[in-house]
Amino acid sequence: MDLTVGPNQYFWAADTWAGLYDELAQAPVKRVVLGELVCSKRLPFFQDRIPDAIATLVEAGKEVALTSLALVTLKRERKQTASLIGMEVEIEVNDLTALAHIPEGTPFSVGPLVNVYNETTLAWLAKRGATRVCLPPELSLASIEILATAAKSLGVAIEVWGHGRIPLAISGRCYHARLHGRTKDNCQFACEDDPDGLDVRTLEDQPFLTMNGVQTLSGSYAAMIRQVDRLEAAGVSALRLSPQSQDFAGLCRLYRDVLDGKIDADAAEAAILGIDPGQRLSDGFLDGERGADWSGRMAV
Amino acid sequence: MVMEIVCPAGTPAALRAAVKAGAHTVYCGFADETNARNFPGLNFDREEMREGVAFAHSHGSKVLVAINTFPRAGDEAIWHRAVSDAEAAGADAVILADVGLLDYAARYHPGLRRHLSVQAAAANADVINFYAETFGVRRVVLPRVLSVPEIAAINAETEVETEVFVFGGLCVMAEGRCSLSSYATGKSPNMNGVCSPASHVEYHDEGGVLDAKLGGYTIHRVAKDEPAPYPTLCKGCFSAGDKTGHLFEDPVSLNAEHLIPQLKKAGVTALKIEGRQRSRSYVAQVVGNFRAAVDALEAGRPMPEGMLTRLSEGQATTAGAYMKVWR
Repeated sequence: MDLTVGPNQYFWAADTWAGLYDELAQAPVKRVVLGELVCSKRLPFFQDRIPDAIATLVEAGKEVALTSLALVTLKRERKQTASLIGMEVEIEVNDLTALAHIPEGTPFSVGPLVNVYNETTLAWLAKRGATRVCLPPELSLASIEILATAAKSLGVAIEVWGHGRIPLAISGRCYHARLHGRTKDNCQFACEDDPDGLDVRTLEDQPFLTMNGVQTLSGSYAAMIRQVDRLEAAGVSALRLSPQSQDFAGLCRLYRDVLDGKIDADAAEAAILGIDPGQRLSDGFLDGERGADWSGRMAV
Repeated sequence: MVMEIVCPAGTPAALRAAVKAGAHTVYCGFADETNARNFPGLNFDREEMREGVAFAHSHGSKVLVAINTFPRAGDEAIWHRAVSDAEAAGADAVILADVGLLDYAARYHPGLRRHLSVQAAAANADVINFYAETFGVRRVVLPRVLSVPEIAAINAETEVETEVFVFGGLCVMAEGRCSLSSYATGKSPNMNGVCSPASHVEYHDEGGVLDAKLGGYTIHRVAKDEPAPYPTLCKGCFSAGDKTGHLFEDPVSLNAEHLIPQLKKAGVTALKIEGRQRSRSYVAQVVGNFRAAVDALEAGRPMPEGMLTRLSEGQATTAGAYMKVWR
């Protein structure tokens, strides 16, 4: 299996954002998807750095794709989505609005926020030009197996959510702004203080979710370190790693080592918790009782 | 043209009550995972659907069949059968969300009118027109993330009819794109047609305090004599930073009755009432009120006001994203 880096879901300063892609040029990942996925208001802060990031990655031999916005409502967002086609890199569709702008016959990829739950949807997307699909994170291993089998005959590569806080919901409302008593239009970029999102805890102070502007993520970090063999056997071509602020390049190397059989899952788990000791992991969507479950020893 | 009232029916009795109360259109689903209100004891078997459609048609009302979950890989035949059976029952349209199912319906049931479910989260004119051109979609149920001016802008750029929610439960997240429930319980709207299911709710009474848990997560806490709201995830109580409260949304429901004239001006074709899980008396009362409102609007009479407040969950209502400040 290969590694794909998904678009950064958080709002980082432009220099930090660009620094990630300088680092990734040297990381053992095959493919990098970048651009703004979550909130159109963030894009102007780093938009002019995107061409350089793409050039750096392409020069390092990476496949590069640009993500579309996850939720497109405003005129500005429609324009942003339409303008992706002019960037001359592959588009990763994360809302079907982008597909309205991609000419028939132009290859594209499909991100985890497009609902691909079954073979007919997959086949329709393949016919329309999809060459790669990252499946929705809530899919079970049984569904992944069926879809990966179907994808093989369609010539589509299947990717699954490999590591990182899981995108669970997107809204018209900005929760970061609401938390600070503001509206979305006057958010004053409240989300920029939380480079990995803001922890949302239950009334028993149990970590549960993560707030990221208009997006809600899982509190736990999905981690497929214990599922690599099963996913490979199911026919999955790549794991998607989602950028985080702490040692993300190190995390990419760690996953490469897991895929190459250089370290086992226990050692990988210890290494992940070495980067962030407070981190909780999950892989329950595959075949747990619920998405938040973790199959590892440190299960709580 | 008078605005169309689209009313929920979770049971044949609710369908008949809605029709008698003046619903122009009723929507319902089969009693299985093909629809997004897959609750125990709700929905229609095939025979009930045929009878329901016949009853509605004999009273001049239409029936829409919601087949708006996302078919499970390997089991798509269940959803395909639902589309065929809806057509055979005489349904006026099916409400679909999945691209594959839209493609299937367009290919094999071209004569059956297709509406795009709110579960498809089509939130702008570009994507709505794309669904129309690609799958022949004739009406879109708009996601509850849009303001009234944004709805007007959409209608200015599309021939597709728009239907908007005006009353009942309020999803805070873009529908069809939310896995909060399956993260906490394993059951999701997209896959199972349920959200925050009752099977995963527990109440704990400790020292005069009532905790409501969903999937083991405590998301509500009230004094024992206070009314305890149902622990729906996005309306739960959480803490983040130094704040504790309803961080996503208060336990409110949607009531946009006062916006009906603006929605008509914005070009909206149909007003949708949420609540297939509701009783027939509730349905009859809500329908009666909304029918009176659109008839008054059409006749140029003043709109009746505040008539629905006491039917709302927890007595608190919001106009949601229709008013831009909500966001």
